[in-house]
Amino acid sequence: MSDAGVIHDIGYQRYDGPRLGRAAVLGALYQHGLRATFGLGRSAKSKIFPWGVAAIVLLVAVINAAVRSQTGTWLFDYYAFADSMSWLVIFFVAIVAPELVSRDLRSGVLPLYFSRPLRAADYVIAKVAALATAVWLLLGVPQFIMFLGGAFTTKTGMRGVWHEVGLLLPGWAYSVLWAFIFTSISLLIASLTGKRAFAAGGIVAVFLMTAPVVGVLSVLPSHTANDLAGLASPMSLISGVEAWLRGRNDLGINVGDFGVIYGIEAFCLITACLLLLLARYRKVASL
Amino acid sequence: MTIIATQALTKTYGGGVTALSDLTVDVDAGVIGLVGANGAGKSTFIKIMLGLLAPSSGEVRVFGLDPVTETDKVRARVGYMPENDCLPPDVSASEFVTHVGRLSGLPKTAARERASEALRHVGLYEERYRQIGGYSTGMKQRVKLAQALVHDPDLLLLDEPTNGLDPAGRDAMLTLVHRIGTEFGISVVVCSHLLGEVERICDSLIAIEAGRLLRADRISSMTTASDVLAVEVSEGTDELASALRALGFIVTPDGRQLLVPLESETAYDRILRAVADLDLPLHRLDQRRHRVAELFTAKETADV
Repeated sequence: MSDAGVIHDIGYQRYDGPRLGRAAVLGALYQHGLRATFGLGRSAKSKIFPWGVAAIVLLVAVINAAVRSQTGTWLFDYYAFADSMSWLVIFFVAIVAPELVSRDLRSGVLPLYFSRPLRAADYVIAKVAALATAVWLLLGVPQFIMFLGGAFTTKTGMRGVWHEVGLLLPGWAYSVLWAFIFTSISLLIASLTGKRAFAAGGIVAVFLMTAPVVGVLSVLPSHTANDLAGLASPMSLISGVEAWLRGRNDLGINVGDFGVIYGIEAFCLITACLLLLLARYRKVASL
Repeated sequence: MTIIATQALTKTYGGGVTALSDLTVDVDAGVIGLVGANGAGKSTFIKIMLGLLAPSSGEVRVFGLDPVTETDKVRARVGYMPENDCLPPDVSASEFVTHVGRLSGLPKTAARERASEALRHVGLYEERYRQIGGYSTGMKQRVKLAQALVHDPDLLLLDEPTNGLDPAGRDAMLTLVHRIGTEFGISVVVCSHLLGEVERICDSLIAIEAGRLLRADRISSMTTASDVLAVEVSEGTDELASALRALGFIVTPDGRQLLVPLESETAYDRILRAVADLDLPLHRLDQRRHRVAELFTAKETADV
């Protein structure tokens, strides 16, 4: 027993340090989820995709800022930037949402989670917050780079900077809206299956396959049908909300007098998806 | 000290399936075996204790706390190891156990320290930095045990901890469970459908069948005065049997062995002397307990 090199077993030590409450547990799960969305703490392979998307959106923002500082005109404003980049975000959430929830279903780790102070609602809140933050960062950070470009090259001093802030903040708010529509739909789809490939396919399908429906509806001879066409796809729905809130009809989507319907549908869609997600995990947690 | 107390506990599932019916039992601290066939209600009982399911009627108290209303307090003191596979393959054991430690409410550094402690106690050292996907079944079971230990519970609920293990792995796991119960000062409920396996390591035993309590008692009281000496001699078995009968023992031949109940303090010496007097080549002398199983199946005949 007393050979050199033997590690002496000092026996089992009881833990009498602090035990944190549910809020801290939720925070830990949120942090874990947010790190996972960018592949931090995972293998190098799982970092490629999120960081690839991040690199593209950052590059676009840098080019946009550079063009503006040279020529004085935007390629995109803050809204148009979020709108165009949202097509890339589809692929981001299609990879990341299954990583957040399908993976837990697949490995059967949930009984371990739910036998701890964590509840179904906490789990859903943490995962939604993590993915929404990730998507928001993906849009908001490049928007901030565009802001920096604008603020440093303004010719009207502080007044110009404040004007730029006034443009950035609604742009960020718009990105929050995008973040929630992406998060609620993609997490709901991903929570239905443990197979990541199926979940990814389902998410891409919901966001992309609905676009042709919008196309068909918008060429129908009925004026009302044309105005309501955007409701059929989450992508055009958010553009429609923008068109309504900003009173614009030059955004490639015409909402006519039905703008408020777009607003209501966006709100209802996000709420319904989140409630269904909660219901789904209420059921999973009791297994 | 009573750690688990139930009073007429009943659980009926939606489809009219009764998983537990009128279960009343008081369990003392120690290593407790919960035995019953598959579907007898063991897992339901565990889930009720964790507050994952609410009982249909009756009461349950874990450390005097009601799992339905004081769920967090109960879960802080209880560790659960599920029966099924529950580990993500693409992270290391040390990262995973740290993560679940944090989900139990441990602060970050404490979670990391406790995770490596827990993994060390279950016998995972350098392997803990490798991805779980590459582990053997035995190592995975150890990680599952470590994650139940990480927040230093006062009670462990282990659902079939020896599932899928080879005989050597079973022994190692049972020894580990026994050590946790005796050296670490943590009470353990071990679920199993194999009575012979848990009776070795348990202080007390709860047997349920179709949701009803068959028997709950300490192992020592189940097996008192039922010790048996198995004697095997290479030749002259019959001679020995008649000699022992002449001495007043009740001898039951069992294959090549003779089973002799030890009803008094001196019985062991007297049997030994009988063998020596006959000058027989003694092959085996094995003092063993009645299998607890016999107490459940044929209690009446075992008492004869």
